[in-house]
Amino acid sequence: MIDAWILTVLCLTILMVLATVRLVLGPTAPDRVIALDTVNTLVIASMILFGVVFKQIIFVDVAIVYGLLSFVSTLYIAKYIGGEL
Amino acid sequence: MIAFIVTACAAFLMYLILTAGSGTIGFWSLSELVMGTLLALLTGLVARKSLCRSESYRLLSPVRLLLLLVYVPVPFFIELTKANLDVAYRVITMNIRPGIVRVHSGLKTDFGIFMLANSITLTPGTLSVGIDEETNDLFIHNINVGVGDEKKKIIESTELFSLVNLPAWIRRIAE
Amino acid sequence: MTVIEIIVYICLAIGVVFNTLGVIGLLRFPDLYTRMHATTKATTFGSIFTSLAVIVYALYLFLTVNDSQYLTLAIHAFLAVACLVFTNAVSAHAIARAAHRSGIMPSPAVVDRLAEAKL
Repeated sequence: MIDAWILTVLCLTILMVLATVRLVLGPTAPDRVIALDTVNTLVIASMILFGVVFKQIIFVDVAIVYGLLSFVSTLYIAKYIGGEL
Repeated sequence: MIAFIVTACAAFLMYLILTAGSGTIGFWSLSELVMGTLLALLTGLVARKSLCRSESYRLLSPVRLLLLLVYVPVPFFIELTKANLDVAYRVITMNIRPGIVRVHSGLKTDFGIFMLANSITLTPGTLSVGIDEETNDLFIHNINVGVGDEKKKIIESTELFSLVNLPAWIRRIAE
Repeated sequence: MTVIEIIVYICLAIGVVFNTLGVIGLLRFPDLYTRMHATTKATTFGSIFTSLAVIVYALYLFLTVNDSQYLTLAIHAFLAVACLVFTNAVSAHAIARAAHRSGIMPSPAVVDRLAEAKL
Protein backbone atom coordinates (compact mmCIF):
# COMPACT_ATOMS: atom_id res chain seq x y z
CA MET A 1 0.00 0.00 0.00
CA ILE A 2 2.85 2.39 0.86
CA ASP A 3 4.44 1.85 -2.55
CA ALA A 4 1.52 3.39 -4.46
CA TRP A 5 1.71 6.60 -2.38
CA ILE A 6 5.46 6.95 -2.90
CA LEU A 7 5.11 6.22 -6.62
CA THR A 8 2.50 9.01 -6.90
CA VAL A 9 4.78 11.45 -5.09
CA LEU A 10 7.59 10.49 -7.50
CA CYS A 11 5.35 11.23 -10.52
CA LEU A 12 4.35 14.61 -9.04
CA THR A 13 8.05 15.45 -8.48
CA ILE A 14 8.83 14.73 -12.16
CA LEU A 15 5.91 17.02 -13.11
CA MET A 16 7.36 19.78 -10.91
CA VAL A 17 10.66 19.55 -12.81
CA LEU A 18 8.75 19.77 -16.12
CA ALA A 19 6.86 22.86 -14.90
CA THR A 20 10.21 24.43 -13.98
CA VAL A 21 11.09 24.30 -17.71
CA ARG A 22 8.29 26.81 -18.36
CA LEU A 23 9.49 28.84 -15.36
CA VAL A 24 12.90 29.22 -17.01
CA LEU A 25 11.69 29.60 -20.63
CA GLY A 26 8.55 31.73 -20.10
CA PRO A 27 8.65 34.75 -22.41
CA THR A 28 6.75 37.09 -20.06
CA ALA A 29 6.48 37.56 -16.31
CA PRO A 30 2.88 36.22 -15.97
CA ASP A 31 3.98 32.98 -17.68
CA ARG A 32 6.56 32.51 -14.95
CA VAL A 33 3.96 33.29 -12.27
CA ILE A 34 1.54 30.62 -13.49
CA ALA A 35 4.39 28.10 -13.74
CA LEU A 36 5.28 28.89 -10.11
CA ASP A 37 1.61 28.55 -9.17
CA THR A 38 1.52 25.09 -10.77
CA VAL A 39 4.61 24.05 -8.82
CA ASN A 40 2.94 25.29 -5.61
CA THR A 41 -0.21 23.26 -6.31
CA LEU A 42 1.83 20.12 -6.94
CA VAL A 43 3.87 20.71 -3.75
CA ILE A 44 0.63 20.95 -1.72
CA ALA A 45 -0.75 17.74 -3.31
CA SER A 46 2.43 15.81 -2.57
CA MET A 47 2.59 17.16 1.01
CA ILE A 48 -0.90 15.74 1.66
CA LEU A 49 0.32 12.39 0.31
CA PHE A 50 3.41 12.56 2.56
CA GLY A 51 1.04 12.96 5.51
CA VAL A 52 -0.21 9.42 4.81
CA VAL A 53 3.21 7.94 3.98
CA PHE A 54 4.82 9.04 7.25
CA LYS A 55 1.57 9.04 9.32
CA GLN A 56 2.25 12.62 10.48
CA ILE A 57 -0.60 15.17 10.45
CA ILE A 58 1.88 18.05 10.65
CA PHE A 59 2.59 17.66 6.90
CA VAL A 60 -1.06 18.45 6.08
CA ASP A 61 -1.09 21.45 8.45
CA VAL A 62 2.02 22.79 6.75
CA ALA A 63 0.32 22.23 3.38
CA ILE A 64 -2.67 24.40 4.41
CA VAL A 65 -0.44 27.26 5.56
CA TYR A 66 1.80 26.90 2.47
CA GLY A 67 -1.25 27.15 0.20
CA LEU A 68 -2.56 30.29 1.89
CA LEU A 69 0.87 31.98 1.85
CA SER A 70 1.42 31.15 -1.82
CA PHE A 71 -2.05 32.62 -2.54
CA VAL A 72 -1.09 35.90 -0.84
CA SER A 73 2.23 36.08 -2.67
CA THR A 74 0.53 35.38 -6.02
CA LEU A 75 -1.99 38.18 -5.36
CA TYR A 76 0.82 40.64 -4.60
CA ILE A 77 2.78 39.65 -7.72
CA ALA A 78 -0.43 40.11 -9.75
CA LYS A 79 -0.93 43.59 -8.28
CA TYR A 80 2.67 44.46 -9.16
CA ILE A 81 2.29 43.21 -12.75
CA GLY A 82 -0.97 45.12 -13.18
CA GLY A 83 0.70 48.34 -11.99
CA GLU A 84 -1.55 48.94 -8.98
CA LEU A 85 1.06 48.69 -6.23
CA MET B 1 -23.55 43.41 17.01
CA ILE B 2 -24.81 40.86 14.46
CA ALA B 3 -21.46 41.11 12.68
CA PHE B 4 -19.63 40.33 15.93
CA ILE B 5 -21.79 37.24 16.63
CA VAL B 6 -21.47 35.94 13.07
CA THR B 7 -17.69 36.38 12.99
CA ALA B 8 -17.23 34.77 16.42
CA CYS B 9 -19.41 31.78 15.46
CA ALA B 10 -17.52 31.30 12.19
CA ALA B 11 -14.17 31.44 13.98
CA PHE B 12 -15.34 28.98 16.66
CA LEU B 13 -16.62 26.56 13.99
CA MET B 14 -13.28 26.76 12.17
CA TYR B 15 -11.40 26.06 15.42
CA LEU B 16 -13.63 23.06 16.14
CA ILE B 17 -13.02 21.64 12.66
CA LEU B 18 -9.25 22.07 12.97
CA THR B 19 -9.03 20.40 16.39
CA ALA B 20 -11.49 17.52 15.88
CA GLY B 21 -10.18 14.24 17.29
CA SER B 22 -8.32 15.71 20.27
CA GLY B 23 -10.34 14.38 23.23
CA THR B 24 -13.41 12.69 24.66
CA ILE B 25 -16.25 15.32 24.84
CA GLY B 26 -17.70 14.49 21.44
CA PHE B 27 -14.42 14.64 19.54
CA TRP B 28 -12.87 17.49 21.54
CA SER B 29 -11.02 17.90 24.83
CA LEU B 30 -12.09 20.46 27.45
CA SER B 31 -8.98 22.64 27.14
CA GLU B 32 -9.46 22.96 23.37
CA LEU B 33 -13.10 24.04 23.85
CA VAL B 34 -12.22 26.76 26.41
CA MET B 35 -9.31 28.05 24.32
CA GLY B 36 -11.47 28.00 21.19
CA THR B 37 -14.18 30.08 22.87
CA LEU B 38 -11.67 32.70 24.06
CA LEU B 39 -9.96 32.92 20.65
CA ALA B 40 -13.32 33.12 18.85
CA LEU B 41 -14.44 36.06 21.02
CA LEU B 42 -11.13 37.83 20.38
CA THR B 43 -11.37 37.19 16.61
CA GLY B 44 -14.94 38.47 16.53
CA LEU B 45 -13.87 41.66 18.30
CA VAL B 46 -10.94 42.34 15.96
CA ALA B 47 -12.28 41.15 12.57
CA ARG B 48 -16.00 42.05 12.64
CA LYS B 49 -15.57 44.87 10.13
CA SER B 50 -13.75 42.82 7.52
CA LEU B 51 -15.93 39.69 7.32
CA CYS B 52 -19.34 41.43 7.12
CA ARG B 53 -18.32 44.42 5.01
CA SER B 54 -21.46 44.62 2.86
CA GLU B 55 -23.88 44.78 5.86
CA SER B 56 -26.27 42.33 4.21
CA TYR B 57 -27.10 39.17 6.14
CA ARG B 58 -29.01 37.42 3.37
CA LEU B 59 -26.69 34.41 3.42
CA LEU B 60 -27.58 33.57 7.02
CA SER B 61 -30.87 31.90 6.06
CA PRO B 62 -30.55 28.11 6.46
CA VAL B 63 -32.08 27.37 3.04
CA ARG B 64 -29.36 29.32 1.26
CA LEU B 65 -26.60 27.68 3.30
CA LEU B 66 -28.05 24.23 2.55
CA LEU B 67 -28.24 25.07 -1.16
CA LEU B 68 -24.61 26.25 -1.04
CA LEU B 69 -23.59 22.93 0.55
CA VAL B 70 -25.46 21.01 -2.18
CA TYR B 71 -24.17 23.27 -4.98
CA VAL B 72 -20.46 22.55 -4.55
CA PRO B 73 -20.45 18.71 -4.59
CA VAL B 74 -23.25 18.00 -7.09
CA PRO B 75 -23.88 20.48 -9.98
CA PHE B 76 -20.53 22.22 -9.74
CA PHE B 77 -18.60 18.94 -9.64
CA ILE B 78 -20.45 17.61 -12.70
CA GLU B 79 -19.47 20.70 -14.68
CA LEU B 80 -15.90 20.48 -13.32
CA THR B 81 -15.54 16.90 -14.59
CA LYS B 82 -16.87 17.83 -18.02
CA ALA B 83 -14.53 20.85 -18.19
CA ASN B 84 -11.51 18.70 -17.42
CA LEU B 85 -12.36 16.14 -20.08
CA ASP B 86 -12.73 19.07 -22.50
CA VAL B 87 -9.33 20.52 -21.53
CA ALA B 88 -7.74 17.05 -21.83
CA TYR B 89 -9.12 16.76 -25.38
CA ARG B 90 -7.77 20.18 -26.32
CA VAL B 91 -4.34 19.56 -24.79
CA ILE B 92 -3.96 16.40 -26.87
CA THR B 93 -5.37 17.66 -30.18
CA MET B 94 -4.52 21.43 -29.95
CA ASN B 95 -7.88 22.19 -31.57
CA ILE B 96 -8.41 25.70 -30.15
CA ARG B 97 -10.13 28.93 -31.24
CA PRO B 98 -9.54 31.43 -28.39
CA GLY B 99 -11.08 34.85 -27.84
CA ILE B 100 -12.37 37.21 -25.15
CA VAL B 101 -16.16 37.68 -25.12
CA ARG B 102 -18.53 39.79 -23.04
CA VAL B 103 -21.06 37.89 -20.93
CA HIS B 104 -24.24 39.32 -19.43
CA SER B 105 -24.55 37.98 -15.85
CA GLY B 106 -27.77 39.62 -14.62
CA LEU B 107 -26.62 39.38 -10.97
CA LYS B 108 -26.58 42.35 -8.59
CA THR B 109 -24.89 41.30 -5.33
CA ASP B 110 -21.11 41.12 -4.87
CA PHE B 111 -21.27 37.55 -3.57
CA GLY B 112 -23.22 36.42 -6.63
CA ILE B 113 -20.68 37.94 -9.02
CA PHE B 114 -17.86 36.38 -6.99
CA MET B 115 -19.43 32.91 -7.16
CA LEU B 116 -20.21 33.20 -10.87
CA ALA B 117 -16.67 34.38 -11.70
CA ASN B 118 -15.09 31.53 -9.74
CA SER B 119 -17.46 28.95 -11.21
CA ILE B 120 -16.66 30.22 -14.71
CA THR B 121 -12.92 30.03 -14.06
CA LEU B 122 -13.11 26.36 -13.06
CA THR B 123 -15.69 25.17 -15.62
CA PRO B 124 -15.92 24.56 -19.40
CA GLY B 125 -13.15 26.19 -21.38
CA THR B 126 -13.63 29.64 -19.88
CA LEU B 127 -11.57 31.96 -17.67
CA SER B 128 -12.84 35.25 -16.26
CA VAL B 129 -10.48 38.10 -17.12
CA GLY B 130 -12.30 41.30 -16.18
CA ILE B 131 -15.46 42.82 -14.74
CA ASP B 132 -17.41 45.88 -15.89
CA GLU B 133 -18.28 47.30 -12.47
CA GLU B 134 -21.18 49.48 -13.65
CA THR B 135 -23.26 46.87 -15.48
CA ASN B 136 -21.81 43.78 -13.68
CA ASP B 137 -20.86 42.19 -17.02
CA LEU B 138 -18.00 39.71 -17.09
CA PHE B 139 -15.24 39.49 -19.71
CA ILE B 140 -14.39 35.87 -20.36
CA HIS B 141 -11.51 34.25 -22.20
CA ASN B 142 -13.07 31.31 -24.01
CA ILE B 143 -10.75 28.61 -25.35
CA ASN B 144 -13.19 27.61 -28.09
CA VAL B 145 -15.47 30.46 -29.23
CA GLY B 146 -18.49 29.03 -31.01
CA VAL B 147 -18.82 29.81 -34.72
CA GLY B 148 -20.82 33.06 -34.98
CA ASP B 149 -20.38 34.04 -31.33
CA GLU B 150 -17.57 36.48 -32.19
CA LYS B 151 -20.10 38.65 -34.08
CA LYS B 152 -22.47 39.04 -31.09
CA LYS B 153 -21.93 42.09 -28.86
CA ILE B 154 -22.96 40.25 -25.70
CA ILE B 155 -23.90 36.66 -24.85
CA GLU B 156 -25.99 35.26 -22.00
CA SER B 157 -24.25 33.45 -19.11
CA THR B 158 -26.52 30.41 -19.42
CA GLU B 159 -25.13 29.68 -22.90
CA LEU B 160 -21.71 28.83 -21.39
CA PHE B 161 -22.91 25.82 -19.45
CA SER B 162 -24.44 22.82 -21.19
CA LEU B 163 -25.25 20.14 -18.59
CA VAL B 164 -26.44 22.07 -15.52
CA ASN B 165 -27.82 25.61 -15.33
CA LEU B 166 -25.28 27.05 -12.87
CA PRO B 167 -26.36 30.75 -13.09
CA ALA B 168 -29.86 29.78 -11.93
CA TRP B 169 -28.38 27.97 -8.92
CA ILE B 170 -26.21 30.98 -8.09
CA ARG B 171 -29.21 33.31 -8.41
CA ARG B 172 -31.15 31.13 -5.97
CA ILE B 173 -28.25 31.13 -3.48
CA ALA B 174 -27.01 34.70 -3.59
CA GLU B 175 -29.90 36.96 -4.62
CA MET C 1 -6.79 -6.34 -2.82
CA THR C 2 -9.78 -5.01 -0.99
CA VAL C 3 -12.40 -2.66 -2.46
CA ILE C 4 -10.93 0.30 -0.58
CA GLU C 5 -7.49 -0.30 -2.07
CA ILE C 6 -8.94 -0.41 -5.59
CA ILE C 7 -10.80 2.88 -5.01
CA VAL C 8 -7.61 4.49 -3.69
CA TYR C 9 -5.54 3.27 -6.65
CA ILE C 10 -8.12 4.56 -9.14
CA CYS C 11 -8.22 7.99 -7.46
CA LEU C 12 -4.41 8.23 -7.45
CA ALA C 13 -4.26 7.23 -11.13
CA ILE C 14 -6.87 9.83 -12.16
CA GLY C 15 -5.02 12.49 -10.17
CA VAL C 16 -1.65 11.76 -11.75
CA VAL C 17 -3.14 11.64 -15.27
CA PHE C 18 -4.86 15.03 -14.95
CA ASN C 19 -1.81 16.65 -13.31
CA THR C 20 0.29 15.36 -16.22
CA LEU C 21 -2.17 16.79 -18.75
CA GLY C 22 -2.05 20.15 -16.96
CA VAL C 23 1.73 20.33 -17.10
CA ILE C 24 1.80 19.19 -20.75
CA GLY C 25 -0.71 21.94 -21.54
CA LEU C 26 1.50 24.45 -19.71
CA LEU C 27 4.40 23.48 -21.96
CA ARG C 28 2.46 23.13 -25.24
CA PHE C 29 -0.14 25.90 -25.52
CA PRO C 30 0.73 29.02 -27.55
CA ASP C 31 -0.08 31.99 -25.26
CA LEU C 32 -0.58 32.97 -21.63
CA TYR C 33 -4.37 32.68 -21.41
CA THR C 34 -4.63 29.21 -22.95
CA ARG C 35 -1.79 28.03 -20.72
CA MET C 36 -3.75 29.31 -17.75
CA HIS C 37 -6.73 27.17 -18.84
CA ALA C 38 -4.57 24.06 -18.62
CA THR C 39 -2.96 24.87 -15.28
CA THR C 40 -5.98 26.10 -13.30
CA LYS C 41 -8.47 23.44 -14.37
CA ALA C 42 -6.38 20.31 -14.80
CA THR C 43 -4.02 20.64 -11.84
CA THR C 44 -6.90 21.59 -9.52
CA PHE C 45 -8.88 18.53 -10.62
CA GLY C 46 -5.85 16.25 -10.28
CA SER C 47 -5.05 17.53 -6.80
CA ILE C 48 -8.69 17.03 -5.76
CA PHE C 49 -8.43 13.36 -6.74
CA THR C 50 -5.06 12.64 -5.08
CA SER C 51 -6.42 14.24 -1.89
CA LEU C 52 -9.67 12.26 -2.24
CA ALA C 53 -7.57 9.09 -2.15
CA VAL C 54 -6.01 10.28 1.13
CA ILE C 55 -9.43 11.13 2.61
CA VAL C 56 -10.94 7.74 1.66
CA TYR C 57 -7.94 5.83 3.03
CA ALA C 58 -7.88 7.81 6.31
CA LEU C 59 -11.64 7.39 6.87
CA TYR C 60 -11.29 3.63 6.22
CA LEU C 61 -8.49 3.39 8.78
CA PHE C 62 -10.55 5.46 11.26
CA LEU C 63 -13.52 3.10 10.92
CA THR C 64 -11.44 -0.10 11.27
CA VAL C 65 -8.63 0.85 13.71
CA ASN C 66 -10.75 3.49 15.52
CA ASP C 67 -7.82 5.81 16.16
CA SER C 68 -8.94 9.47 16.18
CA GLN C 69 -5.73 10.76 14.56
CA TYR C 70 -6.94 9.36 11.22
CA LEU C 71 -10.14 11.40 11.52
CA THR C 72 -7.97 14.49 12.06
CA LEU C 73 -5.91 13.54 8.99
CA ALA C 74 -9.06 13.23 6.83
CA ILE C 75 -10.53 16.55 8.01
CA HIS C 76 -7.26 18.43 7.53
CA ALA C 77 -6.77 16.96 4.04
CA PHE C 78 -10.32 18.10 3.18
CA LEU C 79 -9.58 21.63 4.45
CA ALA C 80 -6.32 21.76 2.47
CA VAL C 81 -8.06 20.80 -0.76
CA ALA C 82 -10.91 23.30 -0.12
CA CYS C 83 -8.29 26.06 0.31
CA LEU C 84 -6.57 24.86 -2.87
CA VAL C 85 -9.72 25.05 -5.06
CA PHE C 86 -10.72 28.49 -3.76
CA THR C 87 -7.25 30.06 -3.99
CA ASN C 88 -6.48 28.63 -7.44
CA ALA C 89 -9.63 30.18 -8.93
CA VAL C 90 -9.07 33.59 -7.35
CA SER C 91 -5.36 33.81 -8.19
CA ALA C 92 -5.99 32.75 -11.81
CA HIS C 93 -8.48 35.62 -12.16
CA ALA C 94 -5.99 38.05 -10.55
CA ILE C 95 -3.13 37.08 -12.86
CA ALA C 96 -5.33 37.18 -15.99
CA ARG C 97 -6.63 40.65 -15.13
CA ALA C 98 -3.15 41.97 -14.30
CA ALA C 99 -1.68 40.53 -17.52
CA HIS C 100 -4.41 42.13 -19.64
CA ARG C 101 -3.91 45.48 -17.87
CA SER C 102 -0.15 45.34 -18.43
CA GLY C 103 -0.70 44.99 -22.19
CA ILE C 104 -0.29 41.26 -22.91
CA MET C 105 -2.98 40.50 -25.50
CA PRO C 106 -4.17 36.98 -26.39
CA SER C 107 -2.09 36.39 -29.51
CA PRO C 108 -4.17 33.87 -31.48
CA ALA C 109 -7.63 35.36 -30.84
CA VAL C 110 -10.74 35.69 -32.96
CA VAL C 111 -12.24 38.50 -30.84
CA ASP C 112 -11.19 40.68 -27.87
CA ARG C 113 -14.11 42.58 -26.32
CA LEU C 114 -12.13 43.67 -23.26
CA ALA C 115 -9.61 45.64 -25.35
CA GLU C 116 -12.54 47.23 -27.25
CA ALA C 117 -14.31 48.23 -24.01
CA LYS C 118 -11.15 50.04 -22.71
CA LEU C 119 -11.77 49.58 -18.97
